[in-house]
Amino acid sequence: MPAVQETIDQVRLIDVDQYKYGFETEVEMEKSPKGLSEDVIRFISAKKGEPEWMLQWRLDAYKRWLTMKEPDWARVSYDKIDYNDIYYYAAPKKNPAPKSLDEVDPEILKTYEKLGIPLREQEILAGVEPERRVAVDAVFDSVSVATTFKEELAKAGVIFMPISEAIREYPDLVRQYLGSVVPVTDNFFATLNSAVFTDGSFVYIPPGVRCPMELSTYFRINEKNTGQFERTLIIADKGSYVSYLEGCTAPKRDENQLHAAVVELIALDDAEIKYSTVQNWYPGDAEGRGGIYNFVTKRGDCRGRNSVITWTQVETGSAITWKYPSCILRGDNSRGEFYSIAVSNGMQQVDSGTKMIHLGKNTTSRIISKGIAAGRSENTYRGLVSAHRKATGARNFTNCDSLLIGNQCGAHTVPYIESKNATAVFEHEATTSKISEDQMFYCQQRGLSEEEATALIVNGFVKDVLQQLPMEFAVEAQKLISISLEGSVG
Amino acid sequence: MLEIKNLVVQIEDKRILNGLNLTVNKGEVAAIMGPNGSGKSTLSYVIAGKEDYEVLDGEILLDGQNLLEMEPDQRAAAGVFLAFQYPLEIPGVASMTFLKATLNAQRKARGQEELTTPDFIKRVNAAAQQLEIPKDMLKRALNVGFSGGEKKRMEILQMALLQPSFCILDETDSGLDIDALRIVSEGVNALRSPDRAFLVITHYQRLLNHIVPDTVHVMHAGRIVKTGGKELALELEANGYADYRESEAA
Repeated sequence: MPAVQETIDQVRLIDVDQYKYGFETEVEMEKSPKGLSEDVIRFISAKKGEPEWMLQWRLDAYKRWLTMKEPDWARVSYDKIDYNDIYYYAAPKKNPAPKSLDEVDPEILKTYEKLGIPLREQEILAGVEPERRVAVDAVFDSVSVATTFKEELAKAGVIFMPISEAIREYPDLVRQYLGSVVPVTDNFFATLNSAVFTDGSFVYIPPGVRCPMELSTYFRINEKNTGQFERTLIIADKGSYVSYLEGCTAPKRDENQLHAAVVELIALDDAEIKYSTVQNWYPGDAEGRGGIYNFVTKRGDCRGRNSVITWTQVETGSAITWKYPSCILRGDNSRGEFYSIAVSNGMQQVDSGTKMIHLGKNTTSRIISKGIAAGRSENTYRGLVSAHRKATGARNFTNCDSLLIGNQCGAHTVPYIESKNATAVFEHEATTSKISEDQMFYCQQRGLSEEEATALIVNGFVKDVLQQLPMEFAVEAQKLISISLEGSVG
Repeated sequence: MLEIKNLVVQIEDKRILNGLNLTVNKGEVAAIMGPNGSGKSTLSYVIAGKEDYEVLDGEILLDGQNLLEMEPDQRAAAGVFLAFQYPLEIPGVASMTFLKATLNAQRKARGQEELTTPDFIKRVNAAAQQLEIPKDMLKRALNVGFSGGEKKRMEILQMALLQPSFCILDETDSGLDIDALRIVSEGVNALRSPDRAFLVITHYQRLLNHIVPDTVHVMHAGRIVKTGGKELALELEANGYADYRESEAA
C-alpha cells in the first residue's frame, strides 16, 4: 500500500473522541529536575554531550532571558505560565541515541505507527512508489528517536540528523549558522528556547544538490508537564533545493503544556527551501482546558541572490498559537512566500501571520492567508510587510481571507505595512465571509450532510493554499481540517 | 407519488401557506402558476426542507414517506430535487468536484456503491453534451462567475446526474434567453419518464410551451385555487390573475 493511503487510513482508524491523537505512550522516562536554573541547563548540555561553546551559548541565553518580559501584544489571553513548574528535559530511558530502528523502544514506534508515520523502511524494500519517499526524523519529547534514509541521503551529500548529533559531528557548520537568523536575544520565547532546546532537526544541502526526497520531522510531546523546545536549522547552500515537512501531535492533558520552538532557514545564492507544517497539537477540550501553548519563532533568511523561501502551514491544533513564520529578503531578486491555513474551533486562540522584510533589490513576496474560525474561537492574522530604503523595486502581494462558521467566533486582521523606498509596490487584499445558510441548504439539497457540506465549502475556501503542499500532506491536511471542524455546525 | 395535505406554513409570524392540498402522480408534469407572493417558492423550499419555515399543520408524503421528518440531505437521497431560482455559488470548489461529492453522498445514503471515477466522468460528459455545457465550465468553481443561463443549465445537469424521482423547477425560466430556454427545456423533457414526476413553478406561460404540463394548478394566497389541463395556462396568459384577486376581494 502506498504511504499516502496508509497514512490516511491510519489517521482515520485512530478514533479517539474528536482529537484523534490524544493517546499517551507508556515509556520509562528520564527527566531533568523540574524548573529552570543554570544547573538544569548544564544537565541538558551534559546529557547531549555538548562541547563547551554550546553550553556557554545556552548559559548566555539564559542570563539574557532572566532579564526579559513575556510579550503581551498578541490577541490571546491565558493564565500566567510558571516556568519553574515545567520539565525541560525528558527522554525515553533506554537508548538515548539509538543507532537504528531496532534499538528504538517498540512502544515509541507503535506511537508513530498510530500516528500514521511510515517510519519503517519496508516501503523501499517492497519497491512501492520509490519516487515519493519521505525521510523522517521523529522527535519524542526531548530527543530524536529515529531518522530514516540516512545512508541514502549521505550519498547525495545531504546531512539530515538530530541537531544534538550535528552539534557533535559538524560543530563548525552549526556554529556558523545557529542563531544567525533568530539571534539569541530575539524574543522571550526564542531566548528561552536557545537556553534549553533539547532536540530538533539539522539539514544541510550542499551546493547544487537537489535533495532526492522530502525530509520530514514528526514532533510528539508525550510526558506530562514537559515543555518541548525543539530547534531546527536548515541550510541550503548555493543552487540547492530542499522540501521539508513538519508534523506535530500531543496527548490529551488537563494542564496546558508549553511548546516554544525555533526554526531557522538559510538559503544561499540560487537556493530554494520549501518548509511545510501540519500543526495538530492538542487544542484543549470544549471548555478550553488543557491544550498546547504554541509559541514558536520561525524565520527564513534569503541570504543569497535569487534565493527562495516558501512557508506553507496548516494550523489546526494548539490552545494558543503565537507564530509568524517570516522571510528576510536580503539577497537581490530573492523571493519569500507564505501560505497559511489557520483553523480554530472550540476555545482556541490563534494569533498568526508572517513578516516579509525586504532588504535587497527587486525582492518579491507573496502572502496568502486563510483563517477559519468556528465555535467560540478567536482567529487573528498579524502580518508585517516592510521595505528597507535600499530595497528598490520591492514588491508584495497580500491576500487575507477569513471565514466565520457560527456567530460566537471572531476573525481579526492586523496588517502592518512600512515602506521606506518610493519604488516599492505593496498590495493588500482582505475579505471576511461567513458560510451562508443558503449555501448550506443548497449543498444539503443535493445530498450532502451538514458536515460534508461544511467540509466542502471550507476546502474550497482554502484551495489556493492546499495546492502549495506536497501531495501526501495536502490529503492529510484536508482530512485534518474536516476533523477539527467536526461539531462546529448545528 | 407526492401528496400534500392541508399544509400550513409561516415564516416570522407571517402565514404563507394556508391549508394547501396537492397531489402529483408518477410520470406527471404538474405546473404551478400564480402571482408574486402567492407562496410558490415557499412551497418548493418547504418540500426540500429549508430551515427558516415553520410548518404549523399538514403533511408532505413522498411515496408514503413523511418528508417533514427528514433532513434536507435525507430528502435528497429519497429522490427530491429542487432546481433553484437563484443557484448558490461555492467558491474554490470545481463543479466536477461538487457533482461527484453529491452523487456519491446520495449513493452512499441509499446503500449503493460509490461510482468509479471513469464511470462518473462518462456520465457527466454525456449529460453535459446534451445541455451544451463546455468541459472547461465543469472545471470552474461551481456557479462562480456563471451567467444566468449557465447557472440554470448547471442545475439541470445536476438533475440529470442525480436522477431524482421528484423534481421541482423553481422559476427555471427566469433570466433565460430564447436559446437557453430551449436547451434547458430539452434537458428537462429528456428526463421525463413514467417513474418521475415534475413540479414546474412559473409565472409565465412561455416555459410551458417548451415543457408541456399534464396539469396546471393556480396558486393564490397560499392555496391551490384552481386545477385544470394545459389549456388553463393559456387562459391565465390571456386574462391574467385578476379574476383570482377579485374573488379574494369579494
